[in-house]
Amino acid sequence: MEWLQQLINGISLGSIYALIALGYTMVYGIIKLINFAHGEVFMIGAFIGYISIAGWGLGFFPALLLSMTVCAVIGVVIERIAYKRLRNATRIAALITAIGVSLLIQNGVIYLRGAQPAAYPDVFANKSFNLFGAQISTQAILILSVSVVLMLILQFVVHKTKIGKAMRAVSYDAEAAKLMGINVDNTISATFAIGSALAGAAGVIFGIYYTKIDPLMGVIPGLKAFVAAVLGGIGIIPGAVAGGLVLGVVETVVSALGFSPWRDAAAFIILILILIFKPSGLFGKNTREKV
Amino acid sequence: MKFKRAWSLLAAMTLGVGLLAACGQEGKDGASGGKDGDEIKIGVNLELSGAVASYGTSEADGIQLAVDEINKDGGIDGKKIKLVKIDNKSDPAEATNAAIKLTTQENVVAIIGAATSGATVAQAQIANDNKTPLISPSGTSPTVTVNDKGEVNEYVFRTSFIDPFQGTVAANFAANDLGVKNVAIFSDNASDYSKGLASSFKKDFEKSGGKIVAEESYVAKDSDFRSTLTRIKSAKPEFIFIPGYYEEVGLIVKQAREMGIDVPLMGADGWDSPILMDLAGAEALNNTFTTNHYSSDDPDGAVKAFNDKFNDKYSKAPDAFNALGYDTVYLLKDAIERAGSADSTKIKDELAKTDGLDLVTGNYSVDENHHPIKSATILEYKDGEQVFNTKVNP
Repeated sequence: MEWLQQLINGISLGSIYALIALGYTMVYGIIKLINFAHGEVFMIGAFIGYISIAGWGLGFFPALLLSMTVCAVIGVVIERIAYKRLRNATRIAALITAIGVSLLIQNGVIYLRGAQPAAYPDVFANKSFNLFGAQISTQAILILSVSVVLMLILQFVVHKTKIGKAMRAVSYDAEAAKLMGINVDNTISATFAIGSALAGAAGVIFGIYYTKIDPLMGVIPGLKAFVAAVLGGIGIIPGAVAGGLVLGVVETVVSALGFSPWRDAAAFIILILILIFKPSGLFGKNTREKV
Repeated sequence: MKFKRAWSLLAAMTLGVGLLAACGQEGKDGASGGKDGDEIKIGVNLELSGAVASYGTSEADGIQLAVDEINKDGGIDGKKIKLVKIDNKSDPAEATNAAIKLTTQENVVAIIGAATSGATVAQAQIANDNKTPLISPSGTSPTVTVNDKGEVNEYVFRTSFIDPFQGTVAANFAANDLGVKNVAIFSDNASDYSKGLASSFKKDFEKSGGKIVAEESYVAKDSDFRSTLTRIKSAKPEFIFIPGYYEEVGLIVKQAREMGIDVPLMGADGWDSPILMDLAGAEALNNTFTTNHYSSDDPDGAVKAFNDKFNDKYSKAPDAFNALGYDTVYLLKDAIERAGSADSTKIKDELAKTDGLDLVTGNYSVDENHHPIKSATILEYKDGEQVFNTKVNP
């Protein structure tokens, strides 16, 4: 049952990509900015989880909530300081600023604690059991359930609450939303807060599942999540989840076939192919450019 | 307008070149002062931060212990040793810059470093060009002292044994002591060190009649090894050889045990770091072995004496990198004493003639490729402790 084991491996990896990709896609959906500092929020989330578990002895759920809260605040602060005044600037200016913020956070963390990795403590006794010949660990199950619950909550927030309605309105047409009395600034901040909280959660989950965290850990997962978001159709929330899962499974399949050194390359080949053949992504509609 | 700008640019460039040349000049003058003064300046170019900071800082501690000891006893031929330490941030490009700085600005008589083969190879050309001996305490790749064309890097030496030897020792240990027949190799595709060990292991294990049932690789900085491990598991090996560095190996060991791979795992000196224990956990590390330069449990007298001195200064038991750093200073001291002066070229000649020097990590001789001839130790992890298993001679 090797394929079943590989499918489980792929889905676990993919659900982490999906959680990060959600933040990318939400921010892009609302202000058309690719927030390259998002991977760094993920890294900070992992470190906050680490400090609260290893340093203060908190359990998994309090650490997860704390990390999500702090990341939400950091996301809003980044938006207010770095991106808000560039809202009417060219998109390339905002993009370059995002890369700058990303480098600032990486090197700031290296300055504060050094570049050496840290090892996540074991929060649960990790048991694995056998399902049709595949080994599933309790950790993998926990990761999947936490990811699914968070995605359901997000779906609820976006579609059933007032702030969700405001986010969809701003995303559709910011000017019109403003005229209708929606506070666009607060709505954008809320989007950053939610996206960053999800990245923080992904950071804690990553730490528990993969053990090792370091200040540059956000770079590759951040880029992969970006690929996942583009794959699903950037700006489309279900697309980010699907893109993340597909990417996780594809990477696992590449390794499973014995091409593990090609795994990262496979992710970026997908990005190139998508951009060539279906730039709007798997879930995107082809919109004709208006003249 | 355009002309004017071009002229001013040219003028600025000329000025700049002039300044640089002046700097170089000044550097060379300073040199003679450093070399013939009443102190011997030795450069240290180590990984004090970054991915493999644990190796570099351990070696720096060992080096400092040896230098303090020598200076307390009156130095080498009455001259005190002065260390110039530069952090290469675990990056070959930074290591090259550090070597340029040490040779052209600091004018050291010799450089100790770097801890990894990649960062040492990056400086080899500079050491040869500037005629400054370069001794890597733990650069175990053969390419450190022999370049791609098969020529010996005249000025480059090392304290540790070389990769093929570690691979050979591991292969013999697996075949003879553990008695396994079907093994898998899981190596780091981005590292010469890992690939070198894997190929010598493969050659020697197959020579002794064993079979390699799976050969997989990963890329440094990966954190998900489950899919490749699943593939390895289905090949049913009785033993897995994982010649990598501790950052990835820690995760591989942990993930392998979680997936129910309970066969013996083995690696080399790249595993040696306290961080490995944090990443993998003591339980997962049971039934794993490493080849290493040294063990603090070794019953040998010289090792005991070193342990005590180290413990007095740093209040902890030394690891292999501490011992190699310490030995590198004594290797250099021996050559300087035989040369009779701190002249870089003479030191190089004497280093190449080192024969039967007793060091903490074993009796040291050097062959024509600047590869040391010395013994290796096999360690086993038992409930979070590294335990001396056996010693293998070349």
